[in-house]
Amino acid sequence: MMFIFAVFFILPLCFVVIVSFWDYNEYEMIPSFTTRGYYESFEGCLTKLPELCTMLATYVKTVKLCLIVWLFTFLIGFTVAYFLAFHVRSKTWQIALSLLCTIPFWTSNVIRMIAWIPLLGRNGLVNNGLIDLGITQQPVEWLLYSEFSICLALVHLFTFFMIVPIFNSMMRIDRRLLEAAYDAGASDWQTLWNIIIPLCKPGIVIGSIFVITIVMGDFITIGVMGGQQVAAAGKIIETRLNALQFPAAAANAVMLLGITFLIIVMLNRLVDIRKEL
Amino acid sequence: MAAGSPIELVALTKRYGTTLAVDAIDLKIAAGSYCCLLGPSGCGKTTTLRMIAGHEAASQGDILLGASNVTDLPPASRGTAMMFQSYALFPHLTVLDNVGFALKMRGVDKAERDAKARELLGLVDMANYVDRLPGQLSGGQQQRVALARALITEPQVLLLDEPLSALDPFLRIRMRAELKRLQRELGITFIHVTHGQDEAMALADMIVLMHDGKISQAGTPREVFNKPANEFVAKFIGGHNIVDRAGKKFAVRSDLMNLQTKKPAAKTDAILGTISEIEYQGTAFHITLAGKTGEDLIIQLAENKFDTTPLKVGTEVYAIWEPSLAHALG
Repeated sequence: MMFIFAVFFILPLCFVVIVSFWDYNEYEMIPSFTTRGYYESFEGCLTKLPELCTMLATYVKTVKLCLIVWLFTFLIGFTVAYFLAFHVRSKTWQIALSLLCTIPFWTSNVIRMIAWIPLLGRNGLVNNGLIDLGITQQPVEWLLYSEFSICLALVHLFTFFMIVPIFNSMMRIDRRLLEAAYDAGASDWQTLWNIIIPLCKPGIVIGSIFVITIVMGDFITIGVMGGQQVAAAGKIIETRLNALQFPAAAANAVMLLGITFLIIVMLNRLVDIRKEL
Repeated sequence: MAAGSPIELVALTKRYGTTLAVDAIDLKIAAGSYCCLLGPSGCGKTTTLRMIAGHEAASQGDILLGASNVTDLPPASRGTAMMFQSYALFPHLTVLDNVGFALKMRGVDKAERDAKARELLGLVDMANYVDRLPGQLSGGQQQRVALARALITEPQVLLLDEPLSALDPFLRIRMRAELKRLQRELGITFIHVTHGQDEAMALADMIVLMHDGKISQAGTPREVFNKPANEFVAKFIGGHNIVDRAGKKFAVRSDLMNLQTKKPAAKTDAILGTISEIEYQGTAFHITLAGKTGEDLIIQLAENKFDTTPLKVGTEVYAIWEPSLAHALG
């Protein structure tokens, strides 16, 4: 276990960190120690303050995107999990409906994204519908290749990662606790707020970690759904890689890792996962 | 504390699909009394309790508490409170917050509900544990907290669902005494579900023995023990031998039977049998007798009585009893 962890996780991570301090030119990496990878990424950022330079703005946007996606996956995921755990009485239905939630995963990521295009495109179903209903005259532009479509696709893809751990937490809640709350005169909302949410915290945090780590590093979905027009941290790394600027890509990866790690540490502050599991 | 209210169940029925869990039971429980619903598992006692609590909807019939019909009210507006089996304490809340929970739900401000919770925790000797989480308490302590939590709304009736079953035997007897003391001090009605007849005998003012969704017998422990209504009651309550006399069944307390080797005088009833087992129980010997006519009897002989007529496994003896002590079963 430790061996696998070391070979497949720690070692590559060390390489990334080492490479991020290497120098590079147009066609090769030069082993040395320089902060050029980091430095160039933020060139001119200090002088431009308080306005955000491209790089900072991109990171801010990535975090913003991540928070929006997190919020929606959480709201939808929690609601679905709640319904499955507390309103679906029979075990058979619970299993059947849980499987239904996995249907999006029966096709590949790319196909699921592309499936949105005929729906959201300029001549897509939604726009045609809106025009036919007389709500708009012109096709709505922001439906596809926009932050909206990115969020939509990401939420669609990753809500399931929120449902599973929250559902799992909910199933561990002793049903007698809910009866005890009811006996004490708690309304459904009071029970939700005072009993269910606190007891689901571990599930919520685990789901959040899934979603945040995936969304922070994502570049495929952002690329496809943003029509390659929207910049995000993952896209920066991809662009650098394509330009063969490996140290710069590594430097960005390390920064991204740092930010993601920070968010996870903050989440862990809220709940001690090790204690709760 | 609010004084207890009498409870009346009128033709109370619970159906699950086609199975009848509780079959039109009628019962009156006096205000401020300790009532034990007793019976084997699946007899409908817990379902009855849950219907009184409001956690199970009655299929038919009414539940009257004091002057009001509470059949369709939610639990919190009935004036009842329930203490759950294995206590169902909220694991993420401290002892103090657990006890104050019902008041928090009613919007009572923190200072007031904390004060009230402390008062009740004092009542159950748990005042020193206010900041603990339930996971850090022993079973007995959890039970005290659960009691305090149930009592904070000042219920007129406290419903206890097998409250002692999760405790070890020693603690069970101590908590049993404590429940009784608490009930006496508060003066409210306790309805206690149990499958242990010794527990019911020790606690109850009224034992309600249930079987197959019906009440087999309701009465004081002494009534139920000395005058069991039927064979089921006599067997469940224990300490009885069922004997067949001229086609009628009688229950005879096993401690009122005697053993002798010579043929008895005509006046007393007797059964001839072979001793198959002798158990020493401290205060008495339990002697199992395999009767010649097929019935098995258990006779309790006090130690000094046993010493006067030493018996061995395999000995043929007569079990004898005064006919006046035999109780005819319905």
